[in-house]
Amino acid sequence: MITDNMGAKDLPIGGNILEDGNSELFNTGEWRNKKPVHLDDKCKHCMLCVMPCPDNAIIHDEYDKMLGFDYNKCKGCGVCAKVCPFKAIEMKDE
Amino acid sequence: MIEIRWHGRGGQGAKTASLLLADVAFNTGKFIQGFPEYGPERMGAPITAYNRISDTPIRIHSNIYEPDYVVVVDDTLISAIDVTKGLKNDGALLINTSLNLEEIKKFFPNYFGKIYTIDASKISTECLGANFPNTALLSAVIKITNIMNKEQLEKNMLNSFKHKFAKKPDVIEPNMEAVRRAWEEVKGGN
Amino acid sequence: MIRERLSGNEAVAVAMRQINPDVVPAYPITPSTEVPQYFSSFMANGSVDTEFIPVESEHSAMSACIGASAAGARVMSATSSQGLSLMYEMLYIASGMRLPIVLTCVNRAVSAPINIHNDHSDSMGVRDCGFIQLYCESNQEAYDNLIMAVKIAEKAMLPVMVCFDGFITSHSVENIELLEDDIVKQFVGKYEPEHYLLNPNEFISMGPLDLQNYFFEHRKQLADAMKDSKRIIEEVSEEYAKISKRKYNLIENYRMDDSKIAMVVLNSTAGTAKEVVDKLRDEGIKVGLVKPRTFRPVPVKELVESLKDMKAIAIMDKADSINGFCGPLYSEITSALYSEGLNIPTVNYIYGLGGRDVKTSDIEDVFRSLLKIAKDGKKSQTTYYLGVRE
Repeated sequence: MITDNMGAKDLPIGGNILEDGNSELFNTGEWRNKKPVHLDDKCKHCMLCVMPCPDNAIIHDEYDKMLGFDYNKCKGCGVCAKVCPFKAIEMKDE
Repeated sequence: MIEIRWHGRGGQGAKTASLLLADVAFNTGKFIQGFPEYGPERMGAPITAYNRISDTPIRIHSNIYEPDYVVVVDDTLISAIDVTKGLKNDGALLINTSLNLEEIKKFFPNYFGKIYTIDASKISTECLGANFPNTALLSAVIKITNIMNKEQLEKNMLNSFKHKFAKKPDVIEPNMEAVRRAWEEVKGGN
Repeated sequence: MIRERLSGNEAVAVAMRQINPDVVPAYPITPSTEVPQYFSSFMANGSVDTEFIPVESEHSAMSACIGASAAGARVMSATSSQGLSLMYEMLYIASGMRLPIVLTCVNRAVSAPINIHNDHSDSMGVRDCGFIQLYCESNQEAYDNLIMAVKIAEKAMLPVMVCFDGFITSHSVENIELLEDDIVKQFVGKYEPEHYLLNPNEFISMGPLDLQNYFFEHRKQLADAMKDSKRIIEEVSEEYAKISKRKYNLIENYRMDDSKIAMVVLNSTAGTAKEVVDKLRDEGIKVGLVKPRTFRPVPVKELVESLKDMKAIAIMDKADSINGFCGPLYSEITSALYSEGLNIPTVNYIYGLGGRDVKTSDIEDVFRSLLKIAKDGKKSQTTYYLGVRE
């Protein structure tokens, strides 16, 4: 794994990243200035918010129950709130 | 080392002739160079090609300014450009022409080396039924430069024709006839 | 050993046939056109099983080289002049991603005015792009260097450019000694990259965004690799000498042993200049010649070792830096000498631009002017334009 203190001799050659699935290590939640809030009473668990989320930040239970957001990943783009047919996601200031 | 300069017109095969000569000399175990002087590529424009033939490896990579031999593929060039420029007086000039030696000599009042003529176009037309003067010209060049004797040349050319004309063997003998005739019909040298 | 007569372009195409690379993307440009042309005939008759990609520009040619090389293929291409200029952007990406692409550069002037003939403006123009540059005097050296380049590139993880003179070398038919096909195949071996994109057992990213935190370290890796490539070039050349009986060093010293006067010159002109060295030595004038084979990496130690006892040096540049001072070879070699504390009277000759023929008499003039400088210990001028009409 690449770390901040690695030097020219230790870093993989030519800028290569020699492992997969490492976007998980990147907390895009730091970028957020508006956060989505899940309104459980309005939610029909239709799962329409899951597919458009660019950060895989919708937490759900095997496609039958929407559980909330992974705020470490959510950038606050608001796509989920936009697509929700029941206004069950509200964008609030951080 | 022998240095040869060829003068021809674009499309007449002076470059091909120089490469053929390089081939023949190569086959006798020599070190060779064959290269044209590339300019704008225009059919009919005067072009120059060069050969170096040596018993030792050739390192020099400039054009040839003081050739031992000059070969003129097209006699209409002799009034257009100075074909004897830099030509050594102990070298020789060979011209493909239907003019006789005395007529040709009049064009070169200031050149005191040997002058040879060959009517390679006539030989080619009579032997091959078309004007491909290269084979006859090559034979004449090899004779005057002493690169090899007649027997060696015939053996060499036969091998090369057998390879080149593998699919049309009936043109081998006419080409060999052109080689033999050119060897006999080169005139001049005194 | 096969005794043959081939032009430089044919020789390089034959070497490519023997190497049998996986992918050859190419776009034609004079005077390198014949390389992909001959090579595609080898493709057509089935003597190679290369994937040939006829692309729509040189930028695409190098881009396809990069993609194929990153995927894990052994990749080669050829170009000249503006073609190399159009590749410029992608050359840096090839070296930055550490891809061992082998590029034949048939040296030609760069326009304007338009000119198709030889000088070194094209390869000198990209001298800082991170490619190893090997320069070749003859078709034999072009053939040998191309075969070695494959191995050098793969060991150093750096792209290699094999440079030789347009028309003078590329189109001139000369004697050459070829190696047997199977000997070349055995020498270059199978390309087995450590990491590559089409490896089903490893999931990696190549060429990602690399900002302030890491970019500098990756450039240092590249600089170190270029420095270390000297050792690799020497090793590969040693190995090649065993199969070919031809030994190449980073520089060639010609009759330098007892010489106090030297000329430094690249490519085919070195051959012409060797004739002049012999001629002057026959007259009892002790002169010598140094021909760098690598310009990238700069063989600093070797050059300094050869030149340190000279009384006068001429450095010949077949390209101009248009910097109001001197050519590229001059600036690098004099800085190598200066860094070692040497202050030798050294002059620079810009020569042969756009294919202006270099005669033995031109070279002789240079040596004779060096004799005078060596005698007086001083020079009146640094940079000359050899034979130009003022």
